[in-house]
Order: sequence, then structure tokens, then C-alpha cells
Amino acid sequence: MIPRPKPEKFRLRRTMMFMNAQKPGLLKDAYIYGSDSIILDLEDAVAENQKDAARFSLYHAMQTIDYGNTEVIVRINGLDTPHWREDIRCVVASGADGIRIAKCESADDVHQVEAATLAAEREFGLEEGRTLLMAALESPQGILNAYEIVTASDRLFGCAISGGDFRKSMHVRIEKGGIEMLTARGMMLLAARAAGVQCFDTMFPNIDDMEAFREEVVQNRQMGFDGKSIVSPRQIRLVHEIFAPTAKEIAYAEKLVRSFNEQADSGIGVYTVDGKMVDIPFFEDARRTLELAKACGVYDGDL
Amino acid sequence: MKIIKPALAGTLESSDAQVSVEPSTDGLEVSIESSVMNQYGRQIKATVMETLGRLDVTSGRITVIDKGALDGTLKARVECAVMRSESTSEAGIPWGGAIR
Repeated sequence: MIPRPKPEKFRLRRTMMFMNAQKPGLLKDAYIYGSDSIILDLEDAVAENQKDAARFSLYHAMQTIDYGNTEVIVRINGLDTPHWREDIRCVVASGADGIRIAKCESADDVHQVEAATLAAEREFGLEEGRTLLMAALESPQGILNAYEIVTASDRLFGCAISGGDFRKSMHVRIEKGGIEMLTARGMMLLAARAAGVQCFDTMFPNIDDMEAFREEVVQNRQMGFDGKSIVSPRQIRLVHEIFAPTAKEIAYAEKLVRSFNEQADSGIGVYTVDGKMVDIPFFEDARRTLELAKACGVYDGDL
Repeated sequence: MKIIKPALAGTLESSDAQVSVEPSTDGLEVSIESSVMNQYGRQIKATVMETLGRLDVTSGRITVIDKGALDGTLKARVECAVMRSESTSEAGIPWGGAIR
């Protein structure tokens, strides 16, 4: 067994790349592309009559392949299927970092998964609370219940919207500019920020249309997402570039933090930097920018 | 344990292996066909035998068609085929016990 460090609830998750857990050719080198997380899929990517085979495949991948710093999350089958309980036993026993709950609609869904996860940690002698959870919201009901879902468990590090199912239930298609999902994305972001967890956007299915992909990722960042589900290694670099703070943002954040330290020493609260009024929330934001820049590997200053 | 019901697991895709199990009248018969037989034949056989041993399979005709599978994949396919044959592949798997 390849030992993995204890999963971190809050870490960099700009890209979460889906991989079919039933395909050995994909599993064996999933870590080389450099996405922050991979999501091994036991759900929709796996045919109904191969659910058992996918679990054996997943279990042994985790025993024999060193995924290093790449986080390994497993998407389990929905709670309305006969598969999810064994999925959880397999995921926990395999030592994967976390579980993505598909089609999550209520706090009760999270509680059911949490209880089964705890039972599996006890059964297999793992540290209780080790296995993280995230919720995929795929329906109007999931979005409307986002806050109760993201606050339902201490294990839960974030939520993601799943566009395919969501658009179907809303009778809409992908639109340029994303107006068809604007409300849902916004509501989910509010719930996640209110709860202090991370928030991820849906995958972009048209792998060849990089221009439309870029527009969507830029909008994701402008809206406040922490990262995005992706379906191809080709999508990684663009997301990482767009989510990293720019040199200009970093320089301004540095200036703010330095000036704040000086002003605070001399007892001043609100003042101006480069002609703009700034106060406490600006510094918090500046510190967050610097933290993100460090995590993204684009900061070489000394703050 | 004797293989009574035929079963199959895996595919013929690159990096995978297809494993079929059938009843045998002559104890345990294992046949292996591999795209990398010359380099890894012995190791493949060892992994298959070890996995069958852990699952306590004493009789059956086991056919492995290997397409360059890693050890873990071989184990996964053998286990799945044997447990499908016993109709025990869907739930209550002994993860970390006989499966490791």
C-alpha cells in the first residue's frame, strides 16, 4: 500500500479532473498531468454492469500507484442506487482522500454518506474523520438547499455544480455568457462562502473549443469560484493560469500589506493607497491574494 | 474453492487484461497470453497464482489475456472474475483482507 498523507480540508483545488475508475490506462498515469485533484469516477462513466469491476480497479490503483501531491477524490454512485454503500467501503479502505457525493439534494444525503463513511473508517481501522466529503449539486433542489448541504458535515470541504444534469432539469442549454446557470452558480457561491467552504464550477464538455472554455473560466474566476471540474488534461494549464493572481494584483497586494503594517503601527484605520480608499477588508483580500499566489507558485517576494 | 460458474472480467484495451474463469475437471489450470510474455510472463503468472491463492481457488480453468496490465490491474481482474463466478462481487468485499 502506498501511504498517503492525511487529507487537507482546505488546499488548492483549481482543477479537479474526472477519470473513469474502470479504465486502467487512465488510472496509471493520472498524476503526471498536474491537476490539483483527480476525481476517479464510479458513477456515470462506469456502465451499470461494470460497477463491481470498477471498485476492484480503484482499490488496486490506490494500493499500487503513487499519486503524490495530487488529491484523489472518488465520485460515488447516487444514494438512489444499490451501489453507493459498497462504493464507500471501497473508497475508505483504499485510502483515497475524499468522496464526491453525486446528485446531492439535502443535508440528510450528506448525513447518510457521513455515517457510512464513519462506519467504514471503523471497519478498516482508519483514523475517524480522515475521509473528506464534497457535494455535487445537480438539480434545482440541490441548489435551493445548498446552505444546509454545505453545513451538514465537518468533513465537507466544498460543493460543485454539475451542469449536465442541472441544465436538463431547467430545460436550458449551454449559452454563451452562461446566463442559463447564472442564478444557480451565484446561489451556490453565496452558500459556500457563507459556510466557509470551497466552491467549484461544472466541467466544460467541448474540449476543442478553447476560446469558449477560456470565457467560462474567466467568468468563473470573476464570480469567485475556487476551481473547476475538468475532463481533459488539455484544460489544466488554462485554468491554472486564469486562477493565479496576476503580477499586477500581486504587486498591489504587497503594497497594501506593507502599508497596512506601517499604518497600523501608527494607529491609523482607513487611508488611501494609490488614490484609493482602503480599510481592513482590503488587507484581508490582499493577504488572500498573496497566499493564493504562493500556492500557485507565482510569488517570489518575502511577505 | 472450485470454480463452478463461468465468469469474465476486464477488457482487451491497452494496459488492461481480460480474465475468464470456468469449471475444470483437472484441478487448477492457468493459461496466460500476453503482449509482453517474454519480458513479464513469469511475473504475470506469479501475480495471478498469488491472487488465486488468496481467494482460495483450488480448481478451475483460468484464462488471462494480458494487454500490458500493471500488477494491480491483473489482481483486480482476477478477483472480479472469481467473485463474479461466486456471485459475491457486488457487496461485502473483504477489502484489505483477501483483496489486497
